[in-house]
Amino acid sequence: MDTDHILQFNGVVGGYGKMTILNGTTASIRRGKITTVIGPNGAGKSTMFKAIFGLLPLRSGRILFEGRDVTGHTPRRMLDAGVCYVPQGRNIFPELSVRHNLELGGVALKDPSGLPDRVAAMLKRFPILAEKASSQASTLSGGQQKLLEVARGLLLDPKLILIDEPSIGLSPLMVQEVFGILKGLRDSGVSILLIEQNAKQALQMSDYGLVLELGQTRIEDTAASILADPRIAQLFLGGGLQPAS
Amino acid sequence: MRTPTLRTGWAILVFALVLLPLPLLIKSEFWLTWVTLALFYAYLGQAWNLLGGYGGQFSFGHALFFGTGAYCTAVLQIHFGINAWAGFVLAAVAAGIVGAATGWLVFRYGLRGSYFALVTLAFAEVFRILANTFAFTGAGVGLLVPLQPGAWQMQFESKAGFFWLLLILVVACLLFTWWLQNARFGARLMAVRENEDAARALGVDPFNTKLLAIIASGAIAGSAGAVYVQLFLYIDPGIAYGPSMSVEALLVPIIGGLGTVFGPVLGAFALHTIAEIGRLVFGEAPGLNLVLYGVLLVLMVLFLPNGLFGLGRFGFGLRRRLQRKGGANA
Repeated sequence: MDTDHILQFNGVVGGYGKMTILNGTTASIRRGKITTVIGPNGAGKSTMFKAIFGLLPLRSGRILFEGRDVTGHTPRRMLDAGVCYVPQGRNIFPELSVRHNLELGGVALKDPSGLPDRVAAMLKRFPILAEKASSQASTLSGGQQKLLEVARGLLLDPKLILIDEPSIGLSPLMVQEVFGILKGLRDSGVSILLIEQNAKQALQMSDYGLVLELGQTRIEDTAASILADPRIAQLFLGGGLQPAS
Repeated sequence: MRTPTLRTGWAILVFALVLLPLPLLIKSEFWLTWVTLALFYAYLGQAWNLLGGYGGQFSFGHALFFGTGAYCTAVLQIHFGINAWAGFVLAAVAAGIVGAATGWLVFRYGLRGSYFALVTLAFAEVFRILANTFAFTGAGVGLLVPLQPGAWQMQFESKAGFFWLLLILVVACLLFTWWLQNARFGARLMAVRENEDAARALGVDPFNTKLLAIIASGAIAGSAGAVYVQLFLYIDPGIAYGPSMSVEALLVPIIGGLGTVFGPVLGAFALHTIAEIGRLVFGEAPGLNLVLYGVLLVLMVLFLPNGLFGLGRFGFGLRRRLQRKGGANA
């Protein structure tokens, strides 16, 4: 078993209806590291996450999690296996209380008896959520809502977190806070796979990077060398046009 | 899932104990019928509340299930001589199956919101036309259920029998929704109502969850139809599948409080008090109650989106806030 990599993609093909988005994607995600996926719109970044989490039927290829084949597993089984998924956009339950939102993170738990302790631990970890535990979740600010989503995902002690565009709509300060939490998780041994429109900032705090284009992996390298790659700078990072020579 | 709210349990007990001796105290046949009908609509509203209030799927055609249950028990009784209690169970099963078929079609293709509402409305209309066509459903004339007085045929000598039967059903539904609020299935259902995509990310299968909810909701509405048939001994396509049953089913929980245990009960009594007042003031003008209901619905949505139950909760919140303020001053 490959102990370096927590997740592997082998020639994954899939999409929506007749449209193929993932076109033979092959990649390996390192254990205990932050890996950022970058690529132009339509490259298949979010689709890749859905494929991992069992929300997209694959036409061919295999996905391995911790060396085991998880292709075609349901989201429920992926959660059981230790994968948590924080989709793009607002994913809270707006009319329920913050505490109730957290509790729903454990809706897939096999044994719900430990749930109150887990919720209490999560509230302790995120004091801002504890403060608003009995308020409606819709009263939280955008950043706090994102924290709530992350906290809800952490309830099941995941080994791998898939987090899609967490910084959308957040103030720069809040982005720093969310990224700080992700780094803290990485340091405690959790593997993180991240999609970010804010590629430069995300790569700066990442260990590895993955460049996706038209559903295929173009570059798999350390974040530092991707940041240094002039092609990438020009294409995705807003490097500016090179003066014509 | 959540810590059970004992207060709700006590409220159910008090509700049951207060209503239980009512037929012995009410001497007027008119008022006993009135309370019995209020309980009937509460029961129908509870069925709708399960899918609409807790699951967020607003059906405009719950008559589909009500009518299927009513026809099922009437047809079985008239053509096959099947006992009304057995018919009651079979009515729930039949309406549950119709619910499963509807849900499978509608949720499979991801129809939500107004599309879901329109499809249920259309299905109820289709069934109305079918019931109008076939001889075994009595076509346009309807079906007269033979009078066979006796509790063993669910035809009670006095209204009191129906009152107690409906009270048992309503209380059973109250207990069921109370359980649901704290159960994992309820948690999944509410997660789907609030945000389907987020629920999916938490391992909830929205399709299965909504399918179970529409089956349960349909089965309860179908059993309400079975009781209705024994109460009035008559059913026709307009009553069974017409829009008025669908409107009552959804109005009752909306007025009382969507997705609350007591909402439908509160709503049914409030609605029928208002309807009665309307009848006293304006007389028996046909269709007037629907006008009244329309106005009421608009007012509710504008001023009390959480229903009468929300009014109570607002009161509680206010009191708590005042207490907190008082505490801070002290």
